[in-house]
Amino acid sequence: MESLSHAFKERSVHALKDETLQVALHRAKDGFAVKRAKAVEGLPEFDALRDRAVAIKNHTLEHLDHYLERYADAVERSGGTVHWASSAEDARRIVVDICRAADAKMITKGKSMVGEEVGVNGALEEAGFEVVETDLGEYIIQLAHEPPSHIIVPAVHKTRGQIADLFHENHAKYGLTRKLSEVPEMVNEARQVLRSKYLAADVGITGANFLIAETGTSVIVTNEGNGDLTCSLPRVHIVTAGIEKVVPTAEDASTLLRLLARSATGQDMTTYTTFSTGPKREGDPDGPEEYHVVLIDNGRSTMLADQFREMLRCIRCGACMNHCPVYGAIGGHAYGWVYPGPMGSVLTPLSVGLKEAGNLPNACTLNGHCAEVCPVRIPLPDLLRTLRHREYQLKLGLKPLRWGLAAWVWFTAHPRIYRIGTRVQARMLALLAGRKGRFTRMPLAGGWFKGGRDLPAPQGETFMAVWKRRQKDSAR
Amino acid sequence: MQWCDERMSEPSPRVPADGPGDRPRVGLFVTCLADIYRPNVGLAAVALLEKAGCVVEVPASQTCCGQPSYNNGDLAGAARTARQTIAAFEDCDYVVVPSGSCAGMLMDYPKLFEDQPRWRERAEAMAAKTHELISFLTDIRGLDAVTTRFSRRVTYHDSCHGLRALGIKEQPRRLLASVEGLELVEMADAEICCGFGGTFCVKYPEISGRMVADKASDISATGARVVLGGDLGCLLNIAGRLGREGNGISVYHVAEVLAGMADVPGLGDPTDSGGRAR
Ligand code: SF4
Repeated sequence: MESLSHAFKERSVHALKDETLQVALHRAKDGFAVKRAKAVEGLPEFDALRDRAVAIKNHTLEHLDHYLERYADAVERSGGTVHWASSAEDARRIVVDICRAADAKMITKGKSMVGEEVGVNGALEEAGFEVVETDLGEYIIQLAHEPPSHIIVPAVHKTRGQIADLFHENHAKYGLTRKLSEVPEMVNEARQVLRSKYLAADVGITGANFLIAETGTSVIVTNEGNGDLTCSLPRVHIVTAGIEKVVPTAEDASTLLRLLARSATGQDMTTYTTFSTGPKREGDPDGPEEYHVVLIDNGRSTMLADQFREMLRCIRCGACMNHCPVYGAIGGHAYGWVYPGPMGSVLTPLSVGLKEAGNLPNACTLNGHCAEVCPVRIPLPDLLRTLRHREYQLKLGLKPLRWGLAAWVWFTAHPRIYRIGTRVQARMLALLAGRKGRFTRMPLAGGWFKGGRDLPAPQGETFMAVWKRRQKDSAR
Repeated sequence: MQWCDERMSEPSPRVPADGPGDRPRVGLFVTCLADIYRPNVGLAAVALLEKAGCVVEVPASQTCCGQPSYNNGDLAGAARTARQTIAAFEDCDYVVVPSGSCAGMLMDYPKLFEDQPRWRERAEAMAAKTHELISFLTDIRGLDAVTTRFSRRVTYHDSCHGLRALGIKEQPRRLLASVEGLELVEMADAEICCGFGGTFCVKYPEISGRMVADKASDISATGARVVLGGDLGCLLNIAGRLGREGNGISVYHVAEVLAGMADVPGLGDPTDSGGRAR
């Protein structure tokens, strides 16, 4: 997917002014955080599970080549085919080629973030296939021609009214012309439309939450059961997955599953957990004739080798964005690429470059809430700070900020001059503010006031000056 | 700062000692914001530390903790500032800071000297003896109560760094509970960031502004007339917003109240002195 991250500032301001979006965000805001907190409270071993998850992920990443090979062997043994895609372009080409070879017309898709990352839908549509998203949220944004704004709730930015309008516009061609207003009615109508697609589909494409190395199995979790139908009804099943999704055993996957749903939606388990291994075997009542796995690198092996390896532990639960006050204020689209929120602010610059996405690691208060809730304990604020360091070294940041920082550092290393400077500043500001005690504006400090706030004035003397006088007085 | 969910475990509490021989020498790192904006916070910190049996020193060569550089990616600049701070406090038994965020920065100093073993050692020694003020009083000095009065209804904002990196949550509340006449009403979302974030607030003023507006409405909803907190950066931000809204809610650093020194106008409140400090 093409990045719009360079326009983060404008997009975020726009998002803050978008009243419909703000209604949707406000409604979603506390929901997930509260549900997660309840789920965690109900599982005393949650923190121990997190430790295990970190250990599993670290171990796997340490030996990633080994487990990928094991996984690929197991897939081939079960009759499937493994394709290696080193870039997004490779991945798109491989998927299109498989669909062409299968002589497909209609393709159903389960929700897949890596699919969004490499732009599978666009490539397929360009190649002339009809592509239908089967996850309700993805289906909604597909109708709206928008990218997802959240990694687990892609249409979280949409209000019920907007969805009703979208269905009204798009479902008339199926003879469904009644304007709906209730959620269950809308869900039913979407099901009705999707059902015909499932049955007509030649290829089903899903992502994977985990790939199990010992058995060659891919695991997906859904709440709608659309994953099952996408894997098992069409003739061909394609799994697209990042190489970091592999885990050694089914037991490891189950440890991670216990964390995933709790962290994401506060459920103990998602409604459906679908395991798929290879194509239909003799005697199987259903299943695809062909089973393909596209293992996607797209920058991941570079991350594995540098300071950002920990990011590869991510299980895409979305907890970090559910608890991020910046995400909560502006929603996911402002970030301008596939992954929003804290995890996206690390991943996006690594994928599309710091020059393009330099705003993302900076647009964070380093409040640490994301790291506190991350099930695999990724130190997101530290990684964001590391990206800022990289940006500073590459001299990509704002020039005035660099000069300001350099001047400040010089002052801090010259205490005598610093003392004089701070004294003058404290006195001047206090006198200028006068009895009012605060400023409502000030030249050169526009940023502060643009946030809709005044600036309290200093008391007038610096602490160091008061302290020095006191010491003198008491010595006398 | 260790950004994980484990709250740092503090050493076991020590009862304040009476004998002058056993009084630790505490270096007060006042922070640049308190130094310039709110000397009263520094004075309150001194008073509280003395009450807790410490000998307070204020090294004259201290300046800033280095967060502006550190958080904007200028690690070399941060290291230069850090060397200044480390040298200033080397003789003290403890370094105490009336800010969770700056205390956390001091504790992070070793990371700045990864390939300078001598400085790294000094930075580690510094980190090991650094504490945020309120948690130092309760967890290290065993202070459980203060003897003062503040007859107001207050609410408390948990600043993020103190809360998540240092595990400061219950300590200020414990001490506030002993203040005569004080009624603490918790606000909704007390643990959610106010939107200050150092240079974040001027780099992304619109986002920051929304965050602090949300904070201000949570504060107003409590009916409290005073907001307290432990970090001046956040408090300036919150006071700036409340001042703009003009709803008459005052903002103080929690140390000012605990030391019985909240008898001056709150942050950004009108003053009689027109800029003359006490
Ligand atoms: S970074 Fe952590 S919290 Fe965020 S999506 Fe990944 S696993 Fe979940």
